[in-house]
Amino acid sequence: MFEHYLSLFVKAVFVENMALAFFLGMCTFLAVSKKVSSAIGLGIAVVVVLTITVPVNNLILTYLLKEGALTWTGLEGAENIDLSFLGLLSYIGVIAALVQILEMFLDKFVPSLYNALGVFLPLITVNCAILGASLFMVERSYNFGESVIYGAGAGFGWALAIAALAGIREKLKYSDVPASLQGLGITFITVGLMSLGFMSFSGIQL
Amino acid sequence: MAADSVKDVVLSPVFKNNPIALQVLGICSALAVTNSMSVSLVMGLAVIAVTACSNLFVSLIRQHIPSSIRIIVQMTIIASLVIVVDQVLKAYAYEMSKQLSVFVGLIITNCIVMGRAEAYAMQNGPIMSFLDGVGNGLGYAVILLIVGFFRELFGSGSVFGFTVLTPVQDGGWYVPNGLMLLPPSAFFVIGLIIWVLRSIRTEQVEKAEYRIVANSKAKIKESV
Repeated sequence: MFEHYLSLFVKAVFVENMALAFFLGMCTFLAVSKKVSSAIGLGIAVVVVLTITVPVNNLILTYLLKEGALTWTGLEGAENIDLSFLGLLSYIGVIAALVQILEMFLDKFVPSLYNALGVFLPLITVNCAILGASLFMVERSYNFGESVIYGAGAGFGWALAIAALAGIREKLKYSDVPASLQGLGITFITVGLMSLGFMSFSGIQL
Repeated sequence: MAADSVKDVVLSPVFKNNPIALQVLGICSALAVTNSMSVSLVMGLAVIAVTACSNLFVSLIRQHIPSSIRIIVQMTIIASLVIVVDQVLKAYAYEMSKQLSVFVGLIITNCIVMGRAEAYAMQNGPIMSFLDGVGNGLGYAVILLIVGFFRELFGSGSVFGFTVLTPVQDGGWYVPNGLMLLPPSAFFVIGLIIWVLRSIRTEQVEKAEYRIVANSKAKIKESV
């Protein structure tokens, strides 16, 4: 049991890295990776949000949307209702709402963390890594426990990737890059090389 | 903005102001699907449809959206349109929708769609907004197709599934470059496209934060 979860976690962090293997969350990945400190802040925010949203979306899927999921209401004909086509709409709604709640909660109870993460939280709603993780959870039909682990692992992998890229870009500022490749172009090439490095994990079997 | 000509609105995002190459929007959801041209084409069409329609509807109700909740309203419109696209794909092109898997859903968080709704459709009339959506969708589709073209040509020696370079295992001469089918190559191809685009249009070049003096020697502190 424990081994299963551990392998799921390691797989989500390294083998199926959200940023480097699936290109998810690229907009923020490229935009906020100029400084290591802000990259780590955003990374932590993504870990927190993913660990909460993936399990919540899992509950919504199991108890509201899946075929026959409404049976517990005891209504007549409820076992034939299949609302899974509403999935996309509900997941993005849940994500937007949770990010908003998290922001208000942090503001009220943990102001120091709010000051550190505050700027990044609204960005996260439109981060594809968050929605992507929920959709992968649906596609691979994880159960509740697995979705908690998967959410945490996917977030951690993304945070790791953005912190690493920010470290490289800080050094890259001092190198002599061809003028037209400056900025965005060289970042793409760098990410490509990092992604190549992460592919070496793909053979890992746990 | 009434002076915008139709041609400008449609064509400028394709070449001059490309959403991917210049504005770095919307690369999130799409790079993983560019390993063959037909998949990129479907993805491009889906994005054109969603961007155009969401721009149209957002623009139609723009006078009635309170600005404090506009993001949620736009999100709902976009999500509903994506659901429609997803259902259509599942009904008429099931194989394709299997290959695209979660990436159709991820059009919702594609920054191009949100960005255009927020930046253009909220201020302009429905018809121009619709055309603006078509133009930006096209700009996106063009980059996808270019990336898809190179990846499929070098990765499996074919274009749209038709063999162009006969691979070795079928008795031809071309040794397929497996790397081109893997995720990293998409980054390299896009990086190179940006390089080419910015060499042609030098006004898009980003300024370097530091200029390194040619042939300068690093000053090394003498060790004590």
